[in-house]
Amino acid sequence: MSALSFDNVTIKLGGRDILSGASFDIKDGEFVGTLGPNGAGKTTLMRAALGLVPAASGAIAVLDRPVTRGNADIGYMPQTRLAVAGLRITGWDIVASAAIGGRFGFAGLDRATRREIDWALDEVGARELARRSIGELSGGERQLVLLSQALIGKPRLMMLDEPLISLDPAHQRSVVEIARRICDDLRIAILFSAHELNPLVNAIDRVLYLGGGQAVIGAVGDVVTGPVLSHLYGADIEVVHIKDRYFVMAGDVDVERDAHRHDEHGHGHSHDHDDAHA
Amino acid sequence: MSMGTAIRTITTTPMLEYDFMRTAFMASGVAAVLAGTVGFFLVLRGQTFAGHALSHVGFTGATGAVLFGLSPLAGLVGFTFLSGIGMGLFGEKLAERDVAIGMMLSLARGLGLLFLHFYTTGATQAAALLFGNVLGVDESALATLALLSAGSLAALAWIVRPLIFASLQPELAEARGVPVRFVSTAFLAIVGVAVAECSQIVGILLVFTLMVGPAAAAQNLSRRLAGGVFLAAALALAEALGGLTLAFYTDWPTSFWITALSGLIYLASLAGRFRAR
Repeated sequence: MSALSFDNVTIKLGGRDILSGASFDIKDGEFVGTLGPNGAGKTTLMRAALGLVPAASGAIAVLDRPVTRGNADIGYMPQTRLAVAGLRITGWDIVASAAIGGRFGFAGLDRATRREIDWALDEVGARELARRSIGELSGGERQLVLLSQALIGKPRLMMLDEPLISLDPAHQRSVVEIARRICDDLRIAILFSAHELNPLVNAIDRVLYLGGGQAVIGAVGDVVTGPVLSHLYGADIEVVHIKDRYFVMAGDVDVERDAHRHDEHGHGHSHDHDDAHA
Repeated sequence: MSMGTAIRTITTTPMLEYDFMRTAFMASGVAAVLAGTVGFFLVLRGQTFAGHALSHVGFTGATGAVLFGLSPLAGLVGFTFLSGIGMGLFGEKLAERDVAIGMMLSLARGLGLLFLHFYTTGATQAAALLFGNVLGVDESALATLALLSAGSLAALAWIVRPLIFASLQPELAEARGVPVRFVSTAFLAIVGVAVAECSQIVGILLVFTLMVGPAAAAQNLSRRLAGGVFLAAALALAEALGGLTLAFYTDWPTSFWITALSGLIYLASLAGRFRAR
């Protein structure tokens, strides 16, 4: 059984081919890291699997079934999460609002839902953090609370869009470890996009590399090589491999590092970053 | 206290002995609970500008209705309700929405000006629209307000779960299959009704005082969603009834007292927020 399969899929956005005839297959229970240059279609791929972006041609299957909107088998964590960063509402209430927000009609939280929210928060180690207001948390703490939402509803496939963005190395490591554990313990397939391979390299089963409308999936050592990446980037790419670390270079530029610079400010003083004290 | 005797003889009659005061209390209560509740979500969504624009559209509706021989309340509610739907159907991105709302607002003001130009019944009714005249609410208007409030609160209760989800995490809500556009359009239609009710009490220019003030204070004071909604409604109710009571004993305008209480409570909530941190 496959968790997510793309068969010769072409996706056009604004007249541009994001994917053109891309094919790959993610197995059930597999942890796959998705990489590729900016605009290669990492987010679009996830949105297509969620039924938010139509495929111009080809077939997409989630757990061997065609794509549907609001598929309860998919747990998703979108990339833009800044809207909640300024709120004073507790993390628990935000997770709860997502857990019951899919349906119309007035009803409170039942006991089973409360328990599931606590369970999901426990899985990511954020139960205590969720008691505090979401705006008071540091970027990494907030990320954990939001990550718990992807577990609610017992999904079989989790898609995490750039969950490491703007996190410091320690929080990056804990998010990757949690994802690996979720994959192993709960047998949930995970698609995890990132702009740098190195934080993921020891955790993932395979890597899905996107570029030039194409997708290549395989073991890190087979995919992250000069010839494969040169083909995907459409430019001369050299891969420098030192122990567990990979450096993807175009000429003398490290393309993964330079493509994204999103260092978040104020990590060291996470609890007093917005308002004055009386 | 030496000068107080004359005033005292007038005001010793308990205010609830008067029919118009009872009606005013009920009308303010009904409108305030709706305004506080709806306002909470308006502030949560960062759409207070939309509420502001709707109140100006309401002015056009009311003056237009009078000009064409209809009841101003009908014109007010009809116009704000339809404009709310229009706003919701318009742009979904914030930047687009700002422009759309700004355009609607200036167009509405222009039309309102035109209607006012032809509107010869005098400035009193215009002043009542702009600054509210809760003491002028009659029994039939009260019944209409109560019915509209009940209907709006029921509609809000029906959409409240997806509304909160879509307000806090729009992308995730969309991915989970929440009809985001429908929810936001329905919400703005409800805002339209709440704005119309509110302007009956405090007037079009002061709608913010009951919709935004209590909601913003509640969000400063509460970290919980459900608690925040109830607190916003309770604060709005207390401000409206308190303002009316103060107006009765001082003979100053009700709307002034409501804005004063709303402002004070908001400032107090800021102090409370800083102390809590």
